[in-house]
Amino acid sequence: MSLSSVPESISSETPWRTSDATPYVKIEKVTKRFGDFTAVDSVSLDIYKNELFCLLGGSGSGKSTLLRMLAGFEAPTSGRILIDGVDMSHIPPWERPVNMMFQSYALFPHMSVEANVAFGLKREGVPAAQVKKRVADILDMVQLSHLARRKPHMLSGGQRQRVALARSLVKQPKLLLLDEPLGALDKKLREETQFELMRIQEELGITFVVVTHDQEEAMTLATRIGVMNNGVIVQTAEPHEVYEYPSNSFVAEFIGNVNLFSGVVVDDERDSVTIQSDDMGGLIKVDHGISCAPNQTVSVAIRPEKLRIAKQSFDLFDSNVNCAKGQIIDVAYMGSQSIYKVKLLSGNEVRVTQPNVSRSSEDRLTWDDHVILTWDPDSSVVLTS
Amino acid sequence: MMNSTLKNSRLVNRLMTINIGRLFVILVPMLWLATFFFIPFLVVFKISLSEAIIAVPPYSPIFEWDATDEYATLKITFGNYLFLFEEYFYLDAYLSSVKIAVISTIITLLVGFPIAYVIAKSSSTMRSILLALVILPFWTSFLLRVYAWMGLLKKNGLVNEFLMSIGLIDQPIQMLQTDFAVYLGIVYTYLPFMILPLYTTLEKMDLNLIEAAQDLGAKPYQAFCLVTLPLAKPGIIAGCLLVFIPAVGEFVIPALLGGSDTLMIGRILWDEFFLNRDWPMASAVAIIMLIVLVGPIMFMRNGNKEAV
Repeated sequence: MSLSSVPESISSETPWRTSDATPYVKIEKVTKRFGDFTAVDSVSLDIYKNELFCLLGGSGSGKSTLLRMLAGFEAPTSGRILIDGVDMSHIPPWERPVNMMFQSYALFPHMSVEANVAFGLKREGVPAAQVKKRVADILDMVQLSHLARRKPHMLSGGQRQRVALARSLVKQPKLLLLDEPLGALDKKLREETQFELMRIQEELGITFVVVTHDQEEAMTLATRIGVMNNGVIVQTAEPHEVYEYPSNSFVAEFIGNVNLFSGVVVDDERDSVTIQSDDMGGLIKVDHGISCAPNQTVSVAIRPEKLRIAKQSFDLFDSNVNCAKGQIIDVAYMGSQSIYKVKLLSGNEVRVTQPNVSRSSEDRLTWDDHVILTWDPDSSVVLTS
Repeated sequence: MMNSTLKNSRLVNRLMTINIGRLFVILVPMLWLATFFFIPFLVVFKISLSEAIIAVPPYSPIFEWDATDEYATLKITFGNYLFLFEEYFYLDAYLSSVKIAVISTIITLLVGFPIAYVIAKSSSTMRSILLALVILPFWTSFLLRVYAWMGLLKKNGLVNEFLMSIGLIDQPIQMLQTDFAVYLGIVYTYLPFMILPLYTTLEKMDLNLIEAAQDLGAKPYQAFCLVTLPLAKPGIIAGCLLVFIPAVGEFVIPALLGGSDTLMIGRILWDEFFLNRDWPMASAVAIIMLIVLVGPIMFMRNGNKEAV
């Protein structure tokens, strides 16, 4: 979503689209095992300069372990990590050009805000006058100058988050790692902070790697998203791509809501496929080619907002391509939109979201209405795995 | 005027709201302290102002009332205290006690800190086992454990036998009845009192803080000095007080393990009471010991307040 405003032609903004760009952070076949458990399984990933890369996944997906390996707190069992061309394998955390913002913020409770932020600079041996100036500048940037002498326990959650951010930014690391940076904030504050994070990232030009389990957060923040599951990155792509063209059913289901129909390929053309789906109760035509065997079983993913819903009696409608008949069993009115749960004749349940365009409630769909769902051939995606 | 009456009535209201339950909760420990600490302290203080006589009890009365003549006498002497300061023997004993207590407190801290750290950082099942091991010695009588050390340290004891058998020494070393044995005994006995408060503070500490320090460029020893130690300060202070205070007045350990030249105030107290039967002198020794102890306690309490 953040990318929608970026013109496609500017390749320096999107280096991952050009094959010859040099990655800033290179993760090469990194595996991490804890005893029998493989937390990260042969992950390879390129992250480019000035990117805001999101590692998205559920708990236990290995995203935090990967982040901790970037910081140097865990050593890879095999594989290696290069940052700006330097192999990090034998470089301890305190010598890496990397800083991390912890999920718990990990602010030193016995030090003032100022001392917390100055900690990293002092370890570097920066002269006192310069430390003072840089701390003042960064506190100004996160709008905390007036609280510089407070101890962390005297701050609110949002203020602590900003101290943690300032502390990790003040050394101007090559790479900033953020572990669930907005996890502890309430919804309103989270939205504000998202934009502030993006502003700061652009202003300082530091490469960010953010770990999050919140797909909405990843969609808003990221230049690219790496979706992780069971220690593997299942898809790396720009946010809109991850949403519109998920590479498999895990990604489709993890990011947003999706309706999945399984079916058998009955017609496989160069630029379209037709699938006979008993789940849906008809034929599904998709206008992109796939590589598959004839009669292979595949899944078709359709986002709830891509479905059109209309109240109509069934006998007036005889097409069975890209349309399904059913009955509304649940309605959730959300203000800007409504969510409908429709039970198809095949017995499957489908979720449909529709914007509430009209204010009147007369023609509004309601419980037990018989409805027809239709969609365009380019609205659905075939998932072979 | 109006204002002050308002304030007064509010004060009365507030006093009224202190309910009986709360009063009771405060009253019980107050009574306890008064009965078992303050009153005995006054009795000891009173005895210290009297003279030793051969009688039962073996000290002169301070206050006498002659009913026939309606004549009251109050007889107070500071002679015991003066004697304490005139005789270098007592001063030496105080200094020596404090010295032994300080050194053994430092050794206990140095030994106890790593142990507490390891316990705090180990897995929860391991932690309960290790904690049980720390507390286990309390299941045996303290006296018995000190006697056991006598068996270990004596000329033909286990330690000497072992050292000779591996050929490290040809002659048994004199370990018993030395200051070394006293230090060993105190460190051994009071180690759990150091470990437990240290463990509680270290266990509460967020491991991420150390990682954060390292992430910001602190080498492990810097992270330890700048983050772990300051955060463990309340535990260090509590542990040191718990070791230092009883160690200063320790009697059993120097009596059993120490030599005749190991001067400790606890032993002198014992000798004054039971060998010389000079209760007033012994009381004066005890009162001065209390004053010697109050100093460091106040000092460390202030340090603790800062840390919190």
